[in-house]
Amino acid sequence: MSSISAPALARRQAQWLRPARIGVYAFLLSAAVFFLLPLYIMLVTSFKSMDEIRLGNLFALPIQVTVEPWVTAWTSACTGVACEGIRGGFWNSVLIVIPSTVLPILLGALNGYALSFWKPRGANLLFGILMLGAFIPVQVMMFPLVRILATLGLFSSLPGIVLVHLIFSMPVMTLLFRNYYQAIPQELFQAARIDGGGFWRIFVQLMLPMSTPIIVVAAIMQVTGVWNDYILGLVFAGRDNLPMTVQLNNVINTTTGTRLYNVNMAATILTSLVPLTLYFVSGRWFVRGIAAGAVKG
Amino acid sequence: MSSVSIRKLSVRFGATEVIKDLDLDVIESEFLVLLGPSGCGKSTLLHSIAGLIDASDGRIEIGGQDMTWVDPTDRRIGMVFQSYALYPTMTVERNMSFGLRISGTPKAEIERRVKRVAEMLHLAPLLQRKPAQLSGGQRQRVAIGRALVREAAVFLFDEPLSNLDAKLRAELRRELKLLHKHLRSTMIYVTHDQVEAMTLATRIVVMYAGKIQQIGAPAEVYEKPENLFVAGFLGAPAMNFLHGTLKVAADSIRFESVGMTFDVSAYAFRTPPSNGQAVVLGIRPENLQLRSDGALQASVSLIEPMGNHHVVWLDFAGGLFSSVVTGALAFGVDAPVRFTLEVGQVSLFDRASEQRL
Repeated sequence: MSSISAPALARRQAQWLRPARIGVYAFLLSAAVFFLLPLYIMLVTSFKSMDEIRLGNLFALPIQVTVEPWVTAWTSACTGVACEGIRGGFWNSVLIVIPSTVLPILLGALNGYALSFWKPRGANLLFGILMLGAFIPVQVMMFPLVRILATLGLFSSLPGIVLVHLIFSMPVMTLLFRNYYQAIPQELFQAARIDGGGFWRIFVQLMLPMSTPIIVVAAIMQVTGVWNDYILGLVFAGRDNLPMTVQLNNVINTTTGTRLYNVNMAATILTSLVPLTLYFVSGRWFVRGIAAGAVKG
Repeated sequence: MSSVSIRKLSVRFGATEVIKDLDLDVIESEFLVLLGPSGCGKSTLLHSIAGLIDASDGRIEIGGQDMTWVDPTDRRIGMVFQSYALYPTMTVERNMSFGLRISGTPKAEIERRVKRVAEMLHLAPLLQRKPAQLSGGQRQRVAIGRALVREAAVFLFDEPLSNLDAKLRAELRRELKLLHKHLRSTMIYVTHDQVEAMTLATRIVVMYAGKIQQIGAPAEVYEKPENLFVAGFLGAPAMNFLHGTLKVAADSIRFESVGMTFDVSAYAFRTPPSNGQAVVLGIRPENLQLRSDGALQASVSLIEPMGNHHVVWLDFAGGLFSSVVTGALAFGVDAPVRFTLEVGQVSLFDRASEQRL
């Protein structure tokens, strides 16, 4: 474009300085500060000793950097009576997250696949009812679920909490996979049928390998959702399986003497580290997944 | 290799009847083309032969066996789709062998068949590629190959060339014809492209509104259309139609229209015509011959050069009539020209029933 005249060029440069533009940048900047400032304060505080915190310089960088609060938070912070840090909660959360991600994805994919390709009688009605489930608040179902799990002997157990996560994730997982499979041409399914593929073979050998992008999306949703869950873990997991979020709450609310702000901050960051890393790592995957889906195979 | 026979087939989607009471016999090792405009039921018919759509009524036999309610898997068919429908996560080789692997064919046998088909379709260098790494023509070849390795009794093609550009389409069309000549399998081919139908078919089935309009060899369907729909659907430019009446006298039968009369005594009437019957006369553009000694006169309104021939549009009897002229033209636009009709080359249809006389 060499035909832009000098006045036009000047006008384009001037746009940069227009009030609207300045306003937009000012807003974006203040929004970024608003969200990053707490993180900054948490980070710097977690590396300070308690003496330094008492000086009251909230925004100052630590004078003497110490990893002591992090070690304490991980290994010896008190969560109620026991003082073993939140590492137990971390492993509990891992044990809850893995099956609560794998099972909902498999079952959601299976649901979506059956609804999109096999179209059983009443498929739309079933799907509608399932979607309705997504709109009912969790609190309404809490007590009945407690009773049901107690009857089944699964209350306060790892399988119990996994089952609860599985149930609550079904509407979204099904919707996700159903929409993904609806975009796949029916002809592909028909070709596989003529080739002799049955229900499971087409699912396992054809549809699942094609589902990588949506599996990544579903995994991100499930891992962050389950990891950040508090109320379900508190109610259904039982004392031996309390997830990290519940342990974190206990660390912060257990006051013996002074409040250990640095330990609290370190424990909080440790707890949020898993979803945080997931976002950082999967950002790339996300884009790649979407791009791969866009290219017609 | 098998014959297919369809008896009283009806297919309904809710209240709409897509196919009604259809009878069709596909002869062993013939290349049958189902031809018709969009929505005429030709694809539905093919899908119900494949078992992908359930029949509402009637019976489908493949190789003498009742297959009406048999699973698509067990119908001993191979099918090629318009969108190729290749499995995107599998290599060409695994695409082709998918069906055989499912049926538990021994490895050596799978290898032998894939190799044979790959050579036949020039796919050998592409065997390890994924579908995304292939061009449109290559993808459709793989889709054809996938159907062939099954060594099915009947091959079904659902507009397999529609997604390709004109040059590739002509190329693959020839390959398909050679393939059929070589394999002698029964093939049923759906298309809306009359060139494909004319060039490939042993017999053409012209369909419209869920019903078979005419079945016959390409030349027969083209030259002796059964009704006005078939006459108008086949051929480009389309057949010329002229409305008129029949004057039946003791010694002759004449077709009369605005400002013209034409002796049709020699026409092969199927039923004796009645005097004053309202009819439509149809003549193919290539049979409307421009000759200086012709009996009829018209003026040239438009000339379309086509490279190896010209389409000359004539202003005649209040309408536009096309004539195909090969060689150099001795006239320009608006010039008066004379032309003739040959009674052996015209078709007459009853105006009310639209059926051939």
